[in-house]
Amino acid sequence: MPQEVGRQYKEIMKKYLESHSEEDLYVGQQFSRRFIEKEIAPEDVISIHKTALFELHPELRNEVWDSLDFLIEMMIHYGLTLREHQSLIQKQEAIQMEMNVATKVQDTLLKTKMPSVNGLDVGYISQPAKQMNGDYVYFLNHKHESGVAVADVIGKGIPAALCMSMIKFGMDGLSDENTSPRNVLGIINRIVEKGVDDSMFISMFYGKYNSEDTTFSYASAGHEPALHFDSRKDVFTELDAKGLLLGVKPDAEYEERSVVLHDGDFIAMMTDGVTETRTEEGFIDMHTIQNLLHDVKDKTAQQIAEYVYNHLASLQNYRLSDDFTIVIFKKEPEQV
Amino acid sequence: MNFRSSVEIITEWDIVAARQLGRNEAKKAGFGTVDQARITTAISELARNIYLYAGKGKIEIERVSEGGAFGIKIIASDEGPGIPDLRKVMEDGFSTSGGLGAGMPGVKRLMDEFKVSSEPGVGTIITTKKWLH
Repeated sequence: MPQEVGRQYKEIMKKYLESHSEEDLYVGQQFSRRFIEKEIAPEDVISIHKTALFELHPELRNEVWDSLDFLIEMMIHYGLTLREHQSLIQKQEAIQMEMNVATKVQDTLLKTKMPSVNGLDVGYISQPAKQMNGDYVYFLNHKHESGVAVADVIGKGIPAALCMSMIKFGMDGLSDENTSPRNVLGIINRIVEKGVDDSMFISMFYGKYNSEDTTFSYASAGHEPALHFDSRKDVFTELDAKGLLLGVKPDAEYEERSVVLHDGDFIAMMTDGVTETRTEEGFIDMHTIQNLLHDVKDKTAQQIAEYVYNHLASLQNYRLSDDFTIVIFKKEPEQV
Repeated sequence: MNFRSSVEIITEWDIVAARQLGRNEAKKAGFGTVDQARITTAISELARNIYLYAGKGKIEIERVSEGGAFGIKIIASDEGPGIPDLRKVMEDGFSTSGGLGAGMPGVKRLMDEFKVSSEPGVGTIITTKKWLH
């Protein structure tokens, strides 16, 4: 037992017993941090107290000393629990460090390259609710075409993140003639169906912009509908297509639809972390999102995505309840 | 010279007897009040585990010296079902959820040395020591 600590404790206590002042209590409390710093167990603190008291007032009755021994006995399990907590906190820190590494690995593994085709402005934001993201955005570029997959693994965190790499490698393996939205979903569905256990489902939206005829074609595997902003009519239309979640049935078929884009039109593709934003008043509705998008319809695709994110995140006090992803494809005048 | 005393653990009252023996021996060995309480608590936990999970066993207590150091050694042995997953019982948090009291990690922390060997169907022997500092 560090005798220096015991000596100092005695001095501080002696002062307090004489003064009964708040100041000495304050000094005592500051001193108690030393106990914590030096990892002195609660039972040892009582023992230090007993020793100090005996040196100052040896005349006290035996009941006092016996009761302090009793108190030491009472504190042994407290001390153990405290040390167990400390060791669990250390373990947690170690896990946190591993998670940080895993997040970096995920970022590198799932890196995607923003497309650049003439007449299309692309912007996106994808933010995990927990540390690892269960939403996934992947761009596929092919000559005059830009495709994007927006996927959401049902569930969050690490299991969802592990699932992502499967989609990525499936997409990477697609040959050029297979990139029509219905084909992409059909192929990824077979991969997911084989590779994932029955409890895991993935919803996915695949959209592709063709700069030659300015059409946007899409298919959906049980995903949130996208929104199309028609700048000439100043209205939003939901883009939805029939199709089962990925991983449910090996031979699932996906409907493919398309829409022509004009300058100033944009498509907003998102996950349910956007549409199911929960505020204190309950879930927000599609109109809220449409209004937000409308506020910034003349901005760049990236500014639109960030505006929606910042607004909805602040509604939730920046504590996302679900992974949040929004991708904007905006038709702009072609550069000559 | 190394006098070893032991207590059979069959009923809950035997836990108290083991504690008493441990405290007396710790005192005789020269341990202070806090360490006496720690050694007693370790014995109490070991005896309780025997009582709860093996049904029957014994606690042996011995004063020891090694290379000029003096201390106390506790041996808890039983012929119970054994511990199938030792790594698990040595984990923090496991005992608390399983209702084992301070558990093995607790005993290990209260003492200076700790050794456990267990064979399913044969029994468990835990040897633990604490040295006078």
